[in-house]
Amino acid sequence: MSNTATENEHDPLIPHGHQQTGRVGDRIFRGFASGAGIFVLVIMGAIGAFLIWKSIPSLQADSTNFFTTTEWFPDDNPAVFGIAALLFGTVISATIAMVLAVPVGIGIALFIAFYAPRPVASTLAFITDLLAAVPSIIFGLWGLAVLMPNMQGTAQWLNDYLGWIPIFDNTLGIYSKSLFIAGVVLAIMVLPTVSAVTREVFIQVPSEHVEGALALGATRWEMVRMAVFPFSLPGMISAAMLGLGRALGETIAVALILSAAFTINWHITEPGGNSFAANIALKWNEAGPIGLSALIASGLVLFLITLVVNMLARWIVSRRKDFSGAN
Amino acid sequence: MAKRIDVSDLDIYYSKFLAVEGVTFSVEPRTVTAFIGPSGCGKSTVLRTLNRMHEVIPGAYVNGKVLLDGENIYDSDVDPVNVRRTIGMVFQRPNPFPTMSIYDNVIAGIKLERTKGVKRDRASMDAVVEKSLRGANLWEEVKDRLSRPGSGLSGGQQQRLCIARAIAVEPQVLLMDEPCSALDPISTLAIEDLIEDLKERYTIVIVTHNMQQAARVSSTTAFFNLAGIGQPGRMVEMGPTAKIFSTPTEKATEDYVSGRFG
Amino acid sequence: MTVISPEPTRSPESRSISESLAGKKLPRWAPLATAVAAVVIGYGIGAAGSIFGLAWFVVAALLFLIGQTAWSFAVEGRRHAIDRLATTLIYTCFIVALAPLLSVLLSVITKGAGVVFTDFPSFFTETMRNVSPRKPGGGVAHAIVGTIEEVAISAVIAVPIGIMAAVYLVEYGRGRMAKWVSFFVDVMTGVPSIVAGLFIYTFWILVLGFDRSGFAAALSLVILMIPVIVRTTEEMLKIVPNDLREASYALGIPKWKTIVRIVLPTALSGIITGVMLAVARVAGETAPLLLTTFLSQSMNWNPFSGPQAALPTFVWDQISNGTDASVARAWGGAFVLILFVMIFYIGARLLARVFAPKAR
Repeated sequence: MSNTATENEHDPLIPHGHQQTGRVGDRIFRGFASGAGIFVLVIMGAIGAFLIWKSIPSLQADSTNFFTTTEWFPDDNPAVFGIAALLFGTVISATIAMVLAVPVGIGIALFIAFYAPRPVASTLAFITDLLAAVPSIIFGLWGLAVLMPNMQGTAQWLNDYLGWIPIFDNTLGIYSKSLFIAGVVLAIMVLPTVSAVTREVFIQVPSEHVEGALALGATRWEMVRMAVFPFSLPGMISAAMLGLGRALGETIAVALILSAAFTINWHITEPGGNSFAANIALKWNEAGPIGLSALIASGLVLFLITLVVNMLARWIVSRRKDFSGAN
Repeated sequence: MAKRIDVSDLDIYYSKFLAVEGVTFSVEPRTVTAFIGPSGCGKSTVLRTLNRMHEVIPGAYVNGKVLLDGENIYDSDVDPVNVRRTIGMVFQRPNPFPTMSIYDNVIAGIKLERTKGVKRDRASMDAVVEKSLRGANLWEEVKDRLSRPGSGLSGGQQQRLCIARAIAVEPQVLLMDEPCSALDPISTLAIEDLIEDLKERYTIVIVTHNMQQAARVSSTTAFFNLAGIGQPGRMVEMGPTAKIFSTPTEKATEDYVSGRFG
Repeated sequence: MTVISPEPTRSPESRSISESLAGKKLPRWAPLATAVAAVVIGYGIGAAGSIFGLAWFVVAALLFLIGQTAWSFAVEGRRHAIDRLATTLIYTCFIVALAPLLSVLLSVITKGAGVVFTDFPSFFTETMRNVSPRKPGGGVAHAIVGTIEEVAISAVIAVPIGIMAAVYLVEYGRGRMAKWVSFFVDVMTGVPSIVAGLFIYTFWILVLGFDRSGFAAALSLVILMIPVIVRTTEEMLKIVPNDLREASYALGIPKWKTIVRIVLPTALSGIITGVMLAVARVAGETAPLLLTTFLSQSMNWNPFSGPQAALPTFVWDQISNGTDASVARAWGGAFVLILFVMIFYIGARLLARVFAPKAR
């Protein structure tokens, strides 16, 4: 390649093309651009490396099993702490969020892509996307002050009529500050992510397939099932996973809503629960050196979980490019 | 089995834009009618109004009547789903559903309707698949790989698969929107042979850019043209194919078929 | 090759259905009638007192869903009943999404505007220095300064890196390295903001030994900003027509000058959109600021030393105080914050709509 480049330099007839690297200016500029690209990789690597490095002291000091302990007393001597309760709360609240947000998000995407009157569709899309612009602190404040009082009834109803399902049973008679409410707020927060990504894939469904289904005498819903869903399935899965990644890592809204407790409580409408991110925000300023390191260790676990979820989501989407949809 | 079509005073709109104006014609059962004319003159648009696919485009609508054996398909109590079931359509680009097998593509339309008395067991589905694929001259080529994806076939095979899918629901009329424009000459020949067979049983309307093709496959030809620059499209004349290509009534038709414009 | 197929035969049942194009249809007024009936019955149940609050509305919606589906099933048949059910559910999803958005905006305006505009403009000019949590008064001046400085610093750092990384991906990136960069830009979008804060804390404060400061907060925002800028810039660079580049090469202009003088200016409006979206995203971030700069009640003009307030952490702090006066201030802060974010967000989207090529 360098060979052809130097030859081109002497040949005025060949314009400067893609492979042209001969000039100093080009080389410097290219260096900057590549450097910026590589910087992204370096940052991602550095996040992992620094979090591992700084979590080692607490992991060495921990006198119990880091993964199965529910308590959090890292600054005691000997230190006793583990992520079991955090993992539980994070997974449960994110699961509730997914159960609510994925169907609704797909519904919104279908509405905008295929059902809404065409002239207003893009405006409606813009309005639903506005949800994404609301900062999480405001969702937290709203969840605490507006949503929570209005959710009492629903949680109570779940207990009264569905209480025979263990997770809806509420033995305390108190329905606030629960994982359930945190899950609902998270669902609202990830809704724009799920619906926006799903909408993108729906819009890519070739109109030939849509028309092919309609021409066979399919109703609109049958067309959606016949032509839209099979084509969009990978995209829908990865939309859900991107939403999951957001829900797992959300800090402030969850920290404001939960009354942090280091227990594993399957009664999701009762107060309590915790999450990785919320715990870090709440414990940060009262933590000693080992406490900080323990929080960093829990942050590392969160980072790895969201990394895996996001990588899977992106991998599914990137695989889809090879998938020949448009014949 | 096959039905006749009578179109009278049909105006076709895209929102406020009048695309085709005042079309009136009839199609006899078990004939092949070809629509020819320069690009953008509304041939495909007219074709898509015959099974109410035109209104799928947002803002599109028509004024006028399209009678299928005397019943207006634009009557308010007519269900477009039934219309499209009765009048099958094959598109310009082959569009088998990419995630379905060849087998599932053929029965895609049948699976929608759960009609009483129509068996949907494996054996009767197998029979439908074989009959439809034979009807589309594709059976011999794909019978050993029915469970493979339809998108793995060649372009011409895919188009015949789409024809099989359309005839599997036993329509009365088959509309073809430039079915060969994306195909190579050999595949085109196979489709033209197939049209020859299909006209025994179906009323066929085909849009084509290719005048030789119109001359080969059709018994009746309709010539469409724009009324003028910026004007809506219209049907200039319609008649027996032999007459349209030898002694057309209108000067514009003669210019077009003799290659002087378009 | 000619295959003689038997004349297709049909069973009499299927014939009778397909022969008639007219389908039995619900009258046009059917959905409205069902809706009215559902609301009346639902409200009746609610008024009878057997259910709480707004739940009668949910009951009415369920009644509508069941009523319409059953009616349609009886008249139009299974397929149309399912189609109507799906249509109703899909419309419902959209309304369900609008409800929280409206509720959030309404409560921020109703609860926040009062605080912000009593004694206008003191809420914008005063700080929280020497203001008791129990008493009204004070303002967000220190938080506005902090937010603007932190976001500005992070933009100054993240914008060039983000744009150059996008240039790399579009103009230079070939092969495996570019694939990795592209993949990890996507993955980086999903890094939780608290992890970004943790990383800057360990790297900048624990390892390099600097103090907590607005600058440290800005660094953590850089990590959240970069992927947004890379992605939007990349999209815009991709739609710059290749003809432009080739025309420039043909004039003998070197590649880097082509990019700087022709490609980037062509994509400028899109790049500005991306930067504004990124600003809107990070301006509302709370978690990384709590770790890297923490809270402050007084004005700190210097982002390089000492704790600095910001709008999101101001809201957080006021909520934590828990008194009526503080919570009211929290809503006031939320009002200012949402105004700040929405100006950037809506501005970015409008800009994109004006300049972007037509998309469906």
